[in-house]
Amino acid sequence: MMAQSAVPVLKHTAQGGAAEAIHVENLHKRFGELHVLKGVSLSARDGEVIAIIGGSGSGKSTLLRCINCLENPTSGIIRVNGEEIKLKADSHGHTVPADRKQIERIRSKLGMVFQNFNLWSHMTLIENVIEVPVHVLGVQRDVAIREAEKLLARVGLAEKRDVYPAYLSGGQQQRAAIARALAINPRVMLFDEPTSALDPELVGEVLKVIGDLAREGRTMVLVTHEMKFAREVATHVVYLYNGLVEEEGPPEQIFGAPRSERLKQFIRNIG
Amino acid sequence: MTAADASNSGTTLIDALLSASAAGIIELLSPYPPGWGGALLVGLLHSIEIALGATCLGLLIGTAGAYGKLYGGPVVRDLLAVYTTIVRAVPELVLILLLYYAGTDLINQALTAMGYQRVDISGLAAGIAVLGFVQGAYSTEVIRGAILAIPQGQIEAARAYGMSPGLLLRRITLPAMLPFAIPGLANLWLIATKDTALLAVVGFYELALATRQAAGVTKAYFTFFFAAGVLYLLLSLFSNLIIGRIEAWSRRGMPSLKEAR
Repeated sequence: MMAQSAVPVLKHTAQGGAAEAIHVENLHKRFGELHVLKGVSLSARDGEVIAIIGGSGSGKSTLLRCINCLENPTSGIIRVNGEEIKLKADSHGHTVPADRKQIERIRSKLGMVFQNFNLWSHMTLIENVIEVPVHVLGVQRDVAIREAEKLLARVGLAEKRDVYPAYLSGGQQQRAAIARALAINPRVMLFDEPTSALDPELVGEVLKVIGDLAREGRTMVLVTHEMKFAREVATHVVYLYNGLVEEEGPPEQIFGAPRSERLKQFIRNIG
Repeated sequence: MTAADASNSGTTLIDALLSASAAGIIELLSPYPPGWGGALLVGLLHSIEIALGATCLGLLIGTAGAYGKLYGGPVVRDLLAVYTTIVRAVPELVLILLLYYAGTDLINQALTAMGYQRVDISGLAAGIAVLGFVQGAYSTEVIRGAILAIPQGQIEAARAYGMSPGLLLRRITLPAMLPFAIPGLANLWLIATKDTALLAVVGFYELALATRQAAGVTKAYFTFFFAAGVLYLLLSLFSNLIIGRIEAWSRRGMPSLKEAR
């Protein structure tokens, strides 16, 4: 069904010496009474593609969203590029980022791609792509536009540069959202179920773009339901169950020889 | 007198009025003295000044108020709830009288207490301040509703890319809420243009007061109040034209509803 399955994937397995781009340690997240993450650790070295899989409600999206503090973790350590995100308790006892400038700087190095694309509806595609480089990173407008045109061409949307998102298909919007993420030249790409909101026939075009990025050695953390895709592009797979890492390892092991009973069952059900 | 006679004398009266007005109305409404047209236009200009000023002030208060109500702490939210509730509960005429007289008096008392001279607060500034304060309460609710109508994912994306709160407001929240706010804000603008007439009670020279003076002096009540009505109507029609343009621009990323039908 998918274009990329025909191409053998050249994986960039990270060497032991590669720097750690993302480091998450003993992360807890509570929503009131609900204990979503119960002490999760995760690490992504440069060039690694980490796939987070798990059933509905396992906490995989929450884990991803904690990395850039879109959700504030209740406790735990998050390091991006070796820099630990400073957290503090606010007046209600919630944990929040302690240093707004720091969290904004860290966020501007993480290219997030959302399940529902979340393109800015009052901007054309090219405006969406240059928005963060120009207004957050301070890139010259004409430089940003040249770069954005290249990125849109790369995701196959060169001729749609002046179109508003509402006039595009879900697959096109998601590819544009990937171009927007690439425009900040991110240290790490974060994908939050990027194909879950797409019609089945549009999934392939988006996975192809993500697969290409994985093949060229971009560091990525990917929450996905596409098991076949995870197996092909991931260097490391993390299986979450009920807020805990149930099993993790290279994709051959996770999908080929799962040890945990729950993972076996999960793969059977998905398969 | 028979019915026919009565109807006859009625038509003669109308004829007489019409012939008198044909020449008279133009003379009365002439922009040059002794015509009163110029006075009416000056009044209209003052009305527009007040309405523009009050709407701008109202938008500033409304944006800040909406932000405070949505994202502020409990104290800010409570204060804003008191503000919008009271202002929207009390008749505007009462508020204008209260704020105009009590407000100028308070400022002057404060000034004398601090050892400064009393000042004459200009009617224009006072009018803008008072109407803007009223408009702000209504704008707060319109803008709050519009911000809530923005797909939250767009705000989240802006945060995820490291936008600061100020940048997010300017680049994402305000332009994205505009299409949802324009119909409500357009209502407020049209109400503001007509609320300026209330300032006549505090002696501010705007269209309604100009009309009353002209009509009182010439006794041509119908002519002048009709002319004032036409001026208010023209202002509304012109406003609709401009608002239509702004609305089309603010909805630039949204497919037309006709296509969805």
